[in-house]
Amino acid sequence: MPVIEVKNLSKVFGRNTRQTLKLLDEGLSKSEILEQTGNTVGVNRASFSVDAGEIFVIMGLSGSGKSTLIRLVNRLIEPTEGNIYIDGDDLSKMDKKSLRKVRREKLSMVFQKFALFPHRTILENAEYGLEIQNVPKEERQKKAKDALEMVGLGGYLHQAPGQLSGGMQQRVGLARALANDPEVLLMDEAFSALDPLIRKEMQDELIDLQASMKKTILFITHDLDEALRLGDRIALMKDGSIVQIGTPEEILVKPANDYVEKFVEDVDRSKILTAQHIMKRPETVNIDRHGPRVALERMRAEGISSILVVDSQRNLKGYVTADDALDARNQDIRDLNEILKTDIIRVNKDKAMNDIFNIIHDSTTPVAVVEDEKLLGIIVRGAVIAGLAGEGEVNLDV
Amino acid sequence: MFDKLLDFVPSIPIAEKTEVVTDWLTSTFSFLFDPLKEHFGNFMEFTTNALLAVPPVIIIVIVALLAFFITGKKLGLAVFSIVGLWLIYNQGFWEHLISTFTLVLIASVLSVVIGVPVGILMSKSKIAEAIITPILDFMQTMPAFVYLIPAVAFFGIGMVPGIFASLIFATPPTVRFTNLGIRQVSQELVEASEAFGSTGSQKLFKVELPMAKATIMAGINQTVMLALSMVVIASMIGAPGLGREVLSSLQRAQVGTGFVAGIGIVILAIIIDRFTQHVNTKNN
Repeated sequence: MPVIEVKNLSKVFGRNTRQTLKLLDEGLSKSEILEQTGNTVGVNRASFSVDAGEIFVIMGLSGSGKSTLIRLVNRLIEPTEGNIYIDGDDLSKMDKKSLRKVRREKLSMVFQKFALFPHRTILENAEYGLEIQNVPKEERQKKAKDALEMVGLGGYLHQAPGQLSGGMQQRVGLARALANDPEVLLMDEAFSALDPLIRKEMQDELIDLQASMKKTILFITHDLDEALRLGDRIALMKDGSIVQIGTPEEILVKPANDYVEKFVEDVDRSKILTAQHIMKRPETVNIDRHGPRVALERMRAEGISSILVVDSQRNLKGYVTADDALDARNQDIRDLNEILKTDIIRVNKDKAMNDIFNIIHDSTTPVAVVEDEKLLGIIVRGAVIAGLAGEGEVNLDV
Repeated sequence: MFDKLLDFVPSIPIAEKTEVVTDWLTSTFSFLFDPLKEHFGNFMEFTTNALLAVPPVIIIVIVALLAFFITGKKLGLAVFSIVGLWLIYNQGFWEHLISTFTLVLIASVLSVVIGVPVGILMSKSKIAEAIITPILDFMQTMPAFVYLIPAVAFFGIGMVPGIFASLIFATPPTVRFTNLGIRQVSQELVEASEAFGSTGSQKLFKVELPMAKATIMAGINQTVMLALSMVVIASMIGAPGLGREVLSSLQRAQVGTGFVAGIGIVILAIIIDRFTQHVNTKNN
């Protein structure tokens, strides 16, 4: 039996929400409904189930309804229609008291902006969930300490949240959620407010933690990379509806429609950027007109130790090194063909940056970018890294 | 001709009706007002007398010490308190000072006791907010003197009607700021509290009120200041204190005495204001 099962869950914000649902049934789009009724469709007939120990990621752009959906799961937002089963019990039909009980014992939430209580210390924050259940002080402090220990914050018990960095604050958020040992963790863009390096670190840590604790995790994100790293399965949302549910592999390989395909395609810049985006203008000598002296002079002027050799049609011939050119000059050799080396790596201008990264890693010389035989540019190692880093994290909200 | 348009009904007897209602209230609830006046009057007299029984030197020293510690061991307010209070004593206004202080203290405490829960109610219910907001507007914009009239009707003259009038005049800021403070608590914190299964009162006491504390304290500071200003006006209906000195100086055109009594009020106002402000910043 799945731990979380969501059936036909809908949320419409506004008046006469039931009627709006009928309009949805008639096939009107979210924007048409907004125009006609002034109501906003938050979530439209979402159905999915999450098994025990699974990380289920819900991904979508901002406004796709993912944050509404996760709040429907613990009823921070009241659903307009549909059911939420936690361990088989229908949350949507529960009275306040039973709902509180489920929230206290089974569901914990981690928030995008951490939502730590600034007037409480780290320890008191972590204790909160147990405190409101009236767990005796010693016991709840012990559990809270254990949870903080688990996320590596055992030494910060009596600090105020404001004194900690973002990453550490979110660890506290995680510890607070883990302290009452819930079955389900609801994580609402939990790592989105962190900077990229810390985010990766937290993702890794969550994976490590998950290996031992085996919680059922519902994770919301707008970042496909994050979804692919964390998710056992991923649900993609658009305009309040779930467009596709599948394993990361399935989402990437068999996108259900154009929307998913576009989403997936845009995700990684290293897959979009090609050689021509990061190449530089090369220094060259013309084999038909220049000899070793010119080559040497150019290299000296540019401060480089090798130079590419082309012919008058700019077809790439190879390269010469400064050492060889010097020898050739001393021996009074005039023809560059004598010292030409041809073992240069060539890539087509449309080669993906991802692939170039592997090539250039093993290469001691610059990589030449060509179209047919013609030299277009060169790529030096630094440019690949700059190309990857310079574009930064791929944020799909942008 | 156009004038007649406006005269389509004769003058509505609002003033007369108000009097009828007030009379009715007075006579109907006299069983409530009279003992209230008596017991409350006794209590206030007792408080004033208790404070007067303490030698002024001791009070000045205590105030100065409190000022010193409350401002984070700075001398400014402490020195000001010593000099200011001594000056009031020196001018022979000590008794009046204590009377005024008692009035302000009790009016403020009552305002807070009433205002904070009403503010909480407003923050929790849109309907309550819609009903209470215009009442607060009314209370604050009606000239303060007007409250003196029903106060006299209900409670006669003296300290108790003074308190009653101050209460009406000074409570709104506490209500408004409490409402505002709670509504300003970030949505995510409220959600966090709910997501962990807090009950309504747990949410209120463990998250909302602590988060709203600074704002509520700012409201209380306003309330205390308004109570002080009203206590002066209330001297017109026989409330004792520095205000009465100002009033009698006015009636007799004694510029000097009026000025000195006025200075006394200013000194008291500054000390109370700094005290309530520092309690606030200290808690942050």
